[in-house]
Amino acid sequence: MSKEVLISVEGVSKKFCRNLRKSLKYGIQDLGNEIFGRHVDRKLILRPGEFWAVQNISFTLKRGECLGLIGRNGAGKTTLLRMLNGLIKPDTGRIEMRGRVAALIALGAGFNPVLTGRENIYVNAAVLGLDRREINEKFDEIVEFSELSEFIDMPIQSYSSGMVVRLGFAIASSIDSDVLILDEILAVGDAGFRAKCYKKIDDLSENTAVIFVSHSMPHIARMCNTVLSIDRGIGTGPLSTPVGIAIYEKRSGLKQYNTKRIGGQEIRFDDVLINNFRLNFCQPARVELEFSDHMEFKFSLSSSIDESIVIDITFHTLAGEPVAECNNFVIDMPIVVHKKQKKNVVVTISEMSLNPGLYRVSFLILSKNMMDHYDWLQDLCELQVSGKPAIAGQQFISKWLQT
Amino acid sequence: MSNNAELQVTIYTPGSLLANPLKMVREMFSDLLAGRELAWRLAVRDLSAQYRQTLLGFLWALILPLANTAVWMFLSASGVVVVADTGVPYPIYVFVGTMLWAVFMDAVNAPLQGTVAAKPMLAKINFPREAIIVSGIYQTLFNAAIKIFLVLLVTIWFGIWPGWGTLLIPIGVISLVLIGTTVGLMLTPVGILYQDVGRVLPLLMQFLMYATPVVFAMPKDGLAAFLFYVNPLTPIVQTTRAWVLIQPADMLMYYITVNLVGILVLVLLWNVYRLAMPILIERMSA
Repeated sequence: MSKEVLISVEGVSKKFCRNLRKSLKYGIQDLGNEIFGRHVDRKLILRPGEFWAVQNISFTLKRGECLGLIGRNGAGKTTLLRMLNGLIKPDTGRIEMRGRVAALIALGAGFNPVLTGRENIYVNAAVLGLDRREINEKFDEIVEFSELSEFIDMPIQSYSSGMVVRLGFAIASSIDSDVLILDEILAVGDAGFRAKCYKKIDDLSENTAVIFVSHSMPHIARMCNTVLSIDRGIGTGPLSTPVGIAIYEKRSGLKQYNTKRIGGQEIRFDDVLINNFRLNFCQPARVELEFSDHMEFKFSLSSSIDESIVIDITFHTLAGEPVAECNNFVIDMPIVVHKKQKKNVVVTISEMSLNPGLYRVSFLILSKNMMDHYDWLQDLCELQVSGKPAIAGQQFISKWLQT
Repeated sequence: MSNNAELQVTIYTPGSLLANPLKMVREMFSDLLAGRELAWRLAVRDLSAQYRQTLLGFLWALILPLANTAVWMFLSASGVVVVADTGVPYPIYVFVGTMLWAVFMDAVNAPLQGTVAAKPMLAKINFPREAIIVSGIYQTLFNAAIKIFLVLLVTIWFGIWPGWGTLLIPIGVISLVLIGTTVGLMLTPVGILYQDVGRVLPLLMQFLMYATPVVFAMPKDGLAAFLFYVNPLTPIVQTTRAWVLIQPADMLMYYITVNLVGILVLVLLWNVYRLAMPILIERMSA
């Protein structure tokens, strides 16, 4: 298989204006400059109220590769995609795209609610650049993929939003393209259909260059060979996926991080120590560890009731997805506390098997049926694990045998 | 996919597309060709949606001009407005005039309306932008065909039988659509940015209608005669109506000149539209 470069982006920048009135005025100015072919240099100067939405981004992408674009909302990802798709022109730099570009961005663009699904397939496919012959060829495949064959002659306005998206995805993904642009579209449809979409994208991406925008790090980790992290228009340059994700998480982790204590407090943590480091309940701390390090939690509890309890230590990604936990109920180790008696518990993890990255750790005391929270120290500390780059959230501590 | 075939390379740079006119012209026509099927699909979509949601369907094409004719017949009969001799019964003169004017209006409105309606698509998908304009022209022509059919029925009812001029009506209609599209395309780039254009357009058209022999006959002298004469729409409306009403067309040279100039300006504006699109999309919401 040839591994030709399909996307090449060199020093691309784009400026935007914050103020609508000014933006429209500049629009008229730009229109004049474009029509009378005036010099390009003036594009380098920021006019009052303008800022660089995308600044000096470069990368290349070959067939069969997938680049993940990550960054917070408003970081410039969509602007970059729009330039790649040729919707808007860069203010500096140069973009070279080879072959047919398909963008799974606006699913179902150009759908008319009054027309039937069948009619809309023809319109939407034509908008996406398929000609009559191609549409006829792919029509059955599209209907089959969308699983809407019994509704295909109904007007779209009687479809649910999920059905509309199904149809949109089925049409957009039927295009044979060389470059595929995906912008956060997979958060749609029911779980079964989502899985089907992923499968389809996997199939498509084998033979295309894919640019994938998502806020879901597991998805990025699964799909992408390289990652470009954008912050306020400035890109990192292509990085290996785990490194890129770590940078993104670090950036977003430092913000909006708060410790919270909730629960009835009938039974409560008096003290929590990690590797003999005492955690402050009011101020978040960061604990740094190497992968496979020894880890030890020490708790002292006090109680105003007699109860058999469950202690749960949970590890979440910054996106809030739970990746691991220590739970005495699961391993059948009952813990009973008594009124007016102190209790000390030590939990040992002999080898920390979370993959490198940033996690948040919470501590809970629950009733035996896990319905009531007695004490819940939410996001009490951040845990930074360093080590060799990896893809999944966690690494099994496994024995390997070679013969 | 297209591993064996040579891949098409697309390059985006900040430079004005005008820097390479030859390439630009080539792209203009290849996009027009690539967009013709899409234009057809969009036209079919809009027309079928439009007619599916009305009870009276294409009778709407008739209702407004009929109402207009009634108003002017009343004004003329009651002596509020004195209309010079038109050579044919006044009602048929007004009816044909307003029908033709309606075709022209459709053509003027189509580019701006079509582009505004396609905003969500334009902002997210790259497709030949010409398709929107061409689709608008298709729709205008379709609606015009219905109007002309109705006009012919009415003229026959008034005892004017089709003659050699009838065959020339399509050419007249194409002229109306040509000039209308040109005017519409002129307003579109700025109209996308500022809604003022869309607001002032009906007012402007109203004024323009009274400076064109739509409901009045050509004035013989004075300022009005001059105004009517320099208005390039006059020969278009006069000539087409003459063909409909089987009368001699006395402004033929003027008519041909306006059409030729119209074609030139249209190509120029088409170019402007293409250049403007990325800049306009930048100012639209994503």
